[in-house]
Amino acid sequence: MDSSEHMQLIYIILAAAVATFLTRIGGYVMITQMKRIPPRMEAALNSVPAAVLSTLVAPAFVYGGFDVAAAMLVAFVVGLRVSSLWMLAIGWLAVMTIRYWSL
Amino acid sequence: MTQDDFWQGVRGGFPVMVSASPFGALFGALAIDNGFSLFDAVFMSATLYAGASQMVGIELFGHKVQPWLIVLSIFAVNFRHILYSASIARHIRHFSAVQKFFTFFLLVDPQYAETEKRAERGEPVTFTWYLGFAMIIYIPWQITTLLGAIFGQMIGEPRAIGLDVLLPIYFMGLVLGFRKRDNWLPVVAASSLASIAAMHFVGSPWHVSIGAIAGILLAGCLPLPKRHEEPVTLEHEV
Repeated sequence: MDSSEHMQLIYIILAAAVATFLTRIGGYVMITQMKRIPPRMEAALNSVPAAVLSTLVAPAFVYGGFDVAAAMLVAFVVGLRVSSLWMLAIGWLAVMTIRYWSL
Repeated sequence: MTQDDFWQGVRGGFPVMVSASPFGALFGALAIDNGFSLFDAVFMSATLYAGASQMVGIELFGHKVQPWLIVLSIFAVNFRHILYSASIARHIRHFSAVQKFFTFFLLVDPQYAETEKRAERGEPVTFTWYLGFAMIIYIPWQITTLLGAIFGQMIGEPRAIGLDVLLPIYFMGLVLGFRKRDNWLPVVAASSLASIAAMHFVGSPWHVSIGAIAGILLAGCLPLPKRHEEPVTLEHEV
């Protein structure tokens, strides 16, 4: 990474930090000012995390290769029942097992 | 009295710190893998202090996604905090302006939950208690980030030790964690299919924006729900 790229990263982090702080103070400001977010905008905003995160999951599953897809499938099945730390551990174990046996 | 409050906070936050530490280390290691320096990783942990959104940030940065979309995504993942700060407002009226600033800066999911519980039990929500609870999580979060990042620098090929599957699985866990939200399945389906198609026809990093916009537009157009739901919390989230 050259220095201009690195400066850009620092700015991204700073902007993200400000944005995060705004979410943490926003409700307080809103409740003291008594303003509401339009319901359709709230519905759209509510969907943003699942929408963005899905784009980081689905392509990895389809284009990541057999070992990654199999590990994700295993993690998905256990993920409906266990905490995310267990999901990570079991998914990691699955991919390492496949890689070890296919060497 | 006030010192007692501080240590009571520290004791209360200790189990949260223990369960958050692996994620701090994981963040550090994966940040290095996505092109961050040691400084960048700790800088992000210190200024954002929001684990899930930090993971999203490094992944998007690693994919060379446009900066505005990285910031918007982090904002969106953290959006639930708005509900927390609205909800704790009634418990912290007596804090000074400076104390409020730090209170909101440190407002992570477990901090919110414990503040509500403490107020419900009728115990005083003092700033010293709040700070004690926060510091036993915040400071180790920086240390585990640094340790993870140092470890990440020692790894030559992340694939060899299976690090490459951790982020997709972590994000899948987050997606599953939102499954009680309105229109969850249609949004996930739309964004997944659109991102798979965009990856094939347009290429990275556009699959992120195209896929995300597909799901968000759909959510904005679907019929509105009748009732209001409780905020969704991420149980391990810092």
